[in-house]
Amino acid sequence: MNTDVVVIGGGAAGMEAAGRIAQAGYSVSVLEKKSETGGNLVNWYQLFPDRKDSREVLGYLNNVVRNEKLKMLTSTSVKSVDRQKGVYRIKTSSGEIIDTEAIVVATGFDLFKSERKEEYGYGIYENVYSSADLEKMFRAAEVKLKNGTLPQKIGMVHCVGSRDEKSGNIYCSKLCCVTAVKQAIELREMLPASKVFCFYMDMRMGGAHYEELYLEAQEKHSVNFIRGKVSEVGEAHNGKLIVKVEDTLAGRPLRMELDMLVLMAGMEMSGGGKEISELLDLDTGDNRFFKSTDNHFGSNMSNSEGVFYAGTCIAPMSIPETISHARAAAVDVIQYLKSAK
Amino acid sequence: MNKFGYSVAQPRVIDYESNDRSLSEYLNALEPSFRRCIECGGCSATCTAAAYTSFSLRELHVLIRRGESRKIQSALKKCMLCGKCTLVCPRGVNTRNVITLARNFKVSLNNAV
Ligand code: SF4
Ligand code: SF4
Ligand code: SF4
Repeated sequence: MNTDVVVIGGGAAGMEAAGRIAQAGYSVSVLEKKSETGGNLVNWYQLFPDRKDSREVLGYLNNVVRNEKLKMLTSTSVKSVDRQKGVYRIKTSSGEIIDTEAIVVATGFDLFKSERKEEYGYGIYENVYSSADLEKMFRAAEVKLKNGTLPQKIGMVHCVGSRDEKSGNIYCSKLCCVTAVKQAIELREMLPASKVFCFYMDMRMGGAHYEELYLEAQEKHSVNFIRGKVSEVGEAHNGKLIVKVEDTLAGRPLRMELDMLVLMAGMEMSGGGKEISELLDLDTGDNRFFKSTDNHFGSNMSNSEGVFYAGTCIAPMSIPETISHARAAAVDVIQYLKSAK
Repeated sequence: MNKFGYSVAQPRVIDYESNDRSLSEYLNALEPSFRRCIECGGCSATCTAAAYTSFSLRELHVLIRRGESRKIQSALKKCMLCGKCTLVCPRGVNTRNVITLARNFKVSLNNAV
């Protein structure tokens, strides 16, 4: 099969880039490993900062990819890639051979596996959850402890697997602070009798309307913010979780019992991205994400001719940033195809 | 005791579970802007009392929130109610009213006893 462009990854970035390229009249095939499109977005309930239902964004993306020039190949991954005379020949897991002029890498991110941060007790204590687990509970409209009771005191641990040399990730995942604030508000709305505590190192509320959400969490929802990195979590006889943290603003250690702990897992280069970086010989950075040719004006460009990046495969990004970045990738691809002809 | 050079070391840990945070709750209710504090220290930086004593309004906010009542009472006395802190606070906390209410809270507690 011949196509103008192959997009690897059918998440938000891949869908947006593919849709835009198809709209410009080029043929596109999207290869998605999983059986459904949407990537990490399908695991989320509401999105910050305006609490839009993720299904609305998925609806938008499904519309974007509805184009006769666009082929969506789900449950399909890349087996091998060769390049001859400027054409990439891709063999897929289903045995298909696709010849293409250009490739868009949109392999996204993986959420940090919270059990790697063993001292927080994920997978050990039954009421320690990850931010993604909590989204599932929100979607099911039921936040309960393992014993079926409602949590009264809930802690949110920021920077799990980010800004942490011990996890091998010194970068900031950028979106977990606002996720913590959003989830704290959702918890307070769902469980009005509960108390929610965010344990943070810095509150990084850099995006549009994030700081306003933080203020709302304090003022309207009485969410408590305690500055200090949780060093470890233990379990008391009564099943309560005990966090070890310094209240750095008081300059003293703090002892607190909690019913439930939510770990704000960071974003990492995806496993699929790693495979593609080897198959296509693409440069990656110290943070293991793909490395663009220039941080300022070439963030969609790779070290290989005809290969472009879209979305969180180069760095943590929010949904609006991902969509903008994917559109920019489409512009670069279209320009490349025009100049090649 | 002093003769032998012994003393009893008080635990430094803030025991959130046994601390009484009723003042914090009182302020949250009567002066909701109290909840908006982000512990930036702008108030303490401009505070005249802080320039000459160990008083820090920012720290006072933390102590109240955590229910560290032992330290709150002595700190409250140091403020001169000049209101400079209210002028600089980036979050619009009505700091002077926080202090006034906290002082009154103490009075009502004493009266209750
Ligand atoms: S966004 Fe916040 S929680 Fe996430 S890594 Fe950065 S500082 Fe930590
Ligand atoms: S009102 Fe009190 S706390 Fe505020 S600046 Fe004046 S002395 Fe300092
Ligand atoms: S200036 Fe305002 S926000 Fe900053 S510490 Fe003081 S009261 Fe809190």
